[in-house]
Amino acid sequence: MNDKPVEEMSFEEAMAELEKVVGDLERGDVSLEESINLYKRGADLKARCEAKLKEAEEKVAAITLDSEGNPDGLKPVEGL
Amino acid sequence: MSDLIDEPEEGANAPEFTVTEISGAIKRVIEGEFGHVRIRGEIGRVSRPRSGHIYLDLKDDRSVLSGVIWKGVAARLATRPEEGLEVVAVGRITTFGGQSKYQIVIEDIRPAGVGALMAMLEKRKKALQAEGLFDPARKRPLPYLPDVIGVVTSPSGAVIRDILHRLRDRFPRKVLIWPVAVQGEICAPEVARAIEGFNRLTPGGPLPRPDLIIVARGGGSIEDLWGFNEEAVVRAAAASQIPLISAVGHETDTTLIDLAADRRAPTPTAAAELAVPVRMELLSWTDDQGARLTRALGYAITQRNQRLRDMSRALPRPRTLTEWAAQKLDTVGARLPQALIRGVDQRRLRLSHVTGSLRPSALRRTVQGKREQLQARAPRLAPALKRSAERRREMLNARAERLSPQPILQEIAREKRRVTDLSARLEKAGKAQITTRGERLTAWGRMLDTLSYQATLQRGYAVVWGDGAVVTTRAAAGAAQALEIEFADGRFTPGQSQPGPRKSTPKKTPPEQGNLF
Repeated sequence: MNDKPVEEMSFEEAMAELEKVVGDLERGDVSLEESINLYKRGADLKARCEAKLKEAEEKVAAITLDSEGNPDGLKPVEGL
Repeated sequence: MSDLIDEPEEGANAPEFTVTEISGAIKRVIEGEFGHVRIRGEIGRVSRPRSGHIYLDLKDDRSVLSGVIWKGVAARLATRPEEGLEVVAVGRITTFGGQSKYQIVIEDIRPAGVGALMAMLEKRKKALQAEGLFDPARKRPLPYLPDVIGVVTSPSGAVIRDILHRLRDRFPRKVLIWPVAVQGEICAPEVARAIEGFNRLTPGGPLPRPDLIIVARGGGSIEDLWGFNEEAVVRAAAASQIPLISAVGHETDTTLIDLAADRRAPTPTAAAELAVPVRMELLSWTDDQGARLTRALGYAITQRNQRLRDMSRALPRPRTLTEWAAQKLDTVGARLPQALIRGVDQRRLRLSHVTGSLRPSALRRTVQGKREQLQARAPRLAPALKRSAERRREMLNARAERLSPQPILQEIAREKRRVTDLSARLEKAGKAQITTRGERLTAWGRMLDTLSYQATLQRGYAVVWGDGAVVTTRAAAGAAQALEIEFADGRFTPGQSQPGPRKSTPKKTPPEQGNLF
């Protein structure tokens, strides 16, 4: 089991862990107490996944370059 | 005098040129004659000074022609001139009078057919492959859900729009566009610089470092896409620490950056699909996982509930466990009073057997008989005892009278006198004895002195000892180991220097003196 706190997991980590938890719970070879723990953890992981999915936000910007071709800033890009 | 005579020589009437005049004349002829030429050749040495002009050589197996591409033309070129490329150059020949040189000013330069370009591409691909730049082991996995996506492409045009549209459909993300020229001479350096520039950004900075780079360009001719075959671009893509998707040209076009990239997308749209998952699908997946969680837990509980019920059904009722015992208790309990009664009856019967012969009257008669016997004998007891005591007392008195100490005392006195008498006689006799013996001893002592050989020695005689015995014969003296002669004042060993006072030393004596003993 991943030891990383759920709230620090990336979407992918939370997803993999959730999948594992669901699998463990569905196999049904764990104690009832453990089942409840698994369920709680699964619910936390699901919340984490949903939070990451809600973060979906589009933000497009183009890099501006100085005369040497080095990046010196951003300018928003619209209408694409 | 020949110098005075202006003797005309052959050709001497030809006009005379200055060097500059002839240079100008040549220039006019050459530029007039070769104002527009197409020349096929292989590009030799290429140099690109900071001025922006490009200097190169065109050559074949025997000759070399210098060429120049002015800055303005260079920026427009579809093909970037590279050493080794077989090209057809279009331009005009000019002379350079100052150095007596001529060169071609190139207006356009193209590969000498696709075959030439492909041959060169193949050669470069092999070289880079040998370096391991296309090694599958170098490829990095793409992040599942990148936060920031860097796109290296032209800021205007369909390509970036396609990418953004598809990203928006699937999973809107932050996108940083690094604008570059996607064709022409400046394409390769700009693309290489953009890839390197994205890698140099710091994560989370004002210019956030992307988690993923897409290098994209729409379709075009091989010449149009040539910048993406350039070594600098391929090396930058291979060296990128950030996972990189290439989407250059159409599906059928393969450029070298596609080989060096971590993933190749056939189109810019496909690149966006590789870059992010579909958000709605993930949401539905997450919901699904949640449902499975709930279902699995519910099932776990239901299943246990069922098992509990099954087991409790199989569990025997407590009553059945005790029924048998209760019944037995009842049976036994019912038999108990009767058994008790019977037991008592049996004992009573036995008691009555035993007590049948036991009657108080019989006992009383026996007691009476014994008592009468006792009473008959009791009066005789006291007189009998008295008589017996009387008789014994009389016997005692009779003997006591005969007992007196007088005879014993007389005996003691008589014996005492005898002892005194005897001890006096013993003393007298003892003293007489001692006196007699003392006198006899003195007499014998004197006799002994007279008879002793010592006294004889005093008179000048000697005794000879040999081996501890007295030697009286000459033969004995001869046989003895050692001889000692005893005088009145000590012994002497003949033949020894020291006349020690050893008393036991025998001395050879005349044989006749042995007769004394």
